[in-house]
Amino acid sequence: MDFSLSKKHEMARELFKEFAETEVKPFAQETDETEHFPTAIVDKMKKYGFMGIPIEKEFGGQGCDPLTYVMCVEELSKVCGTTGVIVSAHTSLCADPIQTYGTKEQKEKFLVPLANGEKLGAFGLTEPGAGTDAQGVQTKAVLDEEAGEWILNGSKCFITNGKEADIYIIIAYTDIVEDKRGRKVKKFSAFIVEKDTPGFTFGTKEKKMGIRGSATYELIFQDCRIPKDNLLGPRGKGFPVAMHTLDGGRIGIAAQALGIAEGALERTIEYTKERKQFGRAIAAQQNTQFQLADMATKVEAAKLLVYKAAMKKAQYQEDHKTSYSVEAAMAKLFAAEVAMEVTTKAVQLFGGYGYIREYDVERMMRDAKITEIYEGTSEVQRMVISGNLLK
Amino acid sequence: MKIVVCVKQVPDTKGGVKFNPDGTLDRAAMLTIMNPDDKAGLEAALRIKDEYDDVEVTVLTMGLPKAEEVLREAMAMGADKGILVTDRVLGGADTWATSTTIAGAIRNLEYDLIITGRQAIDGDTAQVGPQISEHLGIPVISYAEEIKIEGDSVVVKRQYEDRYHMVKAKMPCLITALSELNEPRYMTPGGIFDAYDAEITVWGRDNLKDVDDANLGLKGSPTKIAKASDKVRKGAGEKVTLESDEAANYIMSKLLEKHIV
Repeated sequence: MDFSLSKKHEMARELFKEFAETEVKPFAQETDETEHFPTAIVDKMKKYGFMGIPIEKEFGGQGCDPLTYVMCVEELSKVCGTTGVIVSAHTSLCADPIQTYGTKEQKEKFLVPLANGEKLGAFGLTEPGAGTDAQGVQTKAVLDEEAGEWILNGSKCFITNGKEADIYIIIAYTDIVEDKRGRKVKKFSAFIVEKDTPGFTFGTKEKKMGIRGSATYELIFQDCRIPKDNLLGPRGKGFPVAMHTLDGGRIGIAAQALGIAEGALERTIEYTKERKQFGRAIAAQQNTQFQLADMATKVEAAKLLVYKAAMKKAQYQEDHKTSYSVEAAMAKLFAAEVAMEVTTKAVQLFGGYGYIREYDVERMMRDAKITEIYEGTSEVQRMVISGNLLK
Repeated sequence: MKIVVCVKQVPDTKGGVKFNPDGTLDRAAMLTIMNPDDKAGLEAALRIKDEYDDVEVTVLTMGLPKAEEVLREAMAMGADKGILVTDRVLGGADTWATSTTIAGAIRNLEYDLIITGRQAIDGDTAQVGPQISEHLGIPVISYAEEIKIEGDSVVVKRQYEDRYHMVKAKMPCLITALSELNEPRYMTPGGIFDAYDAEITVWGRDNLKDVDDANLGLKGSPTKIAKASDKVRKGAGEKVTLESDEAANYIMSKLLEKHIV
């Protein structure tokens, strides 16, 4: 077992690190403060291929592996959680399901512009009455055979990259069937919906605790007609499409959480060496040293889980069989909880300054919280992991 | 159009400088980067490639085997080919031996334009580029802050102390680039993967054309380093309080004592 990165992965990390430090970090506080979507940064990321890292070259992507993508989200999130999630939601939740389930025509039409950065992507599953419990989804799609169109009605909430994105993967129910016990069960399907489709509008923008530059919107569908060919995967198989997409998404969010934790740790190490109390640097106090040791150990453990999940996904992309669901859940569960713990400790070690917005750790602690919630709460990750243990 | 860009792997000054016992740099022990002026030269070549069809950019470097990293970086930015000139007999070269070596390598290539950086941040001589052009017998335009292609010529805005010169030269010719020339692009992730899958051409002494061994490596270097060191900590200095006339005399006596005047 070799834990060292290959030369090309090392160089890719250098690239992401340099980009994050030069292009993203100087604007991270402003992005948070103003709650503005960082369009200029996203445009630069599009130019340099950051929006299509694990997508095949044939479809406009960079042809790299999931590990490279994970390192990109990680390095961006070290300096700005907002920028990290923009890439993650676009890549894992929109480009990836089209790469996995799309027809050749769908890939040419939608995946190519997503991967080459011409267009931004998003994903909509959550609704006001349905988050963890997918059966609560009310958004409905009815096929108009004559017109050759699906008619969408309903709404989605808390959608990352909402309004900014051009292409959306939307989960809606298309059929109601009876299960073995005679209960009525919704069958879902996945659809590709383009912005500016008549009947597709945006509700209010959410005001959030953290990742405040990321655009989080409600999506509203009122008799929104989309071409029949925009059905992604088979009719009635939308739930597996959504679950598979979220498995991949969790690796992206785990990478975001890992990056936030690493960023907070780096700043805390610097700060504790500079900050003097009782005549010496607080890094000279054993309490600080032990706290830093615990933080670093947990960050390293999180990194190994996240990278392992990425390697498992790479295996899936080779053989289309390997499951990475449990690894993704473990990586996200652990990395998110480590991010919350490490950023909280970072704020504590910064003392009063840690509570002030001028210092990055205040923002990082707010950004970390969402990683325990979105793309499956920590509780859902525990359900996935235990479900696999007890099956 | 064929462009050859000469690049050098130089110590990243952020990582500290280390020396060999003979006073030359211990390159293997230092963190490295692509020399900034060379990177600007590469970017200039890549912009020509972006603008015109059928442009091929070859990057060439001389150094330790590890210098191939800088070629991979250049290829990840968009260069087409990489050539590494490395051989133990070429080690310890000063600017004369280096330019002789690089010219010997370039003689194997077809080229319309050669771009080098103005100077490397380690040696700071600004000699290698112009020397290569001398060896090859082609015109050189140094200190380029703007480069334009006009038919079979290049038009260069050349930085000068208090003004600039507009210089036109027929290709083939050599240009030395300033880091102010442009903002070099980043690599792309896919470019990095391709660069590591690509073959790098490795040349040694035997591949150099029309060069004499007497002009190569440490032995062929007229420059001899008497002593080299990292930054030397200066003493606190001497402070005296005197009347102005006395002070002037005192300073003069010190300057005379040290043979400065």
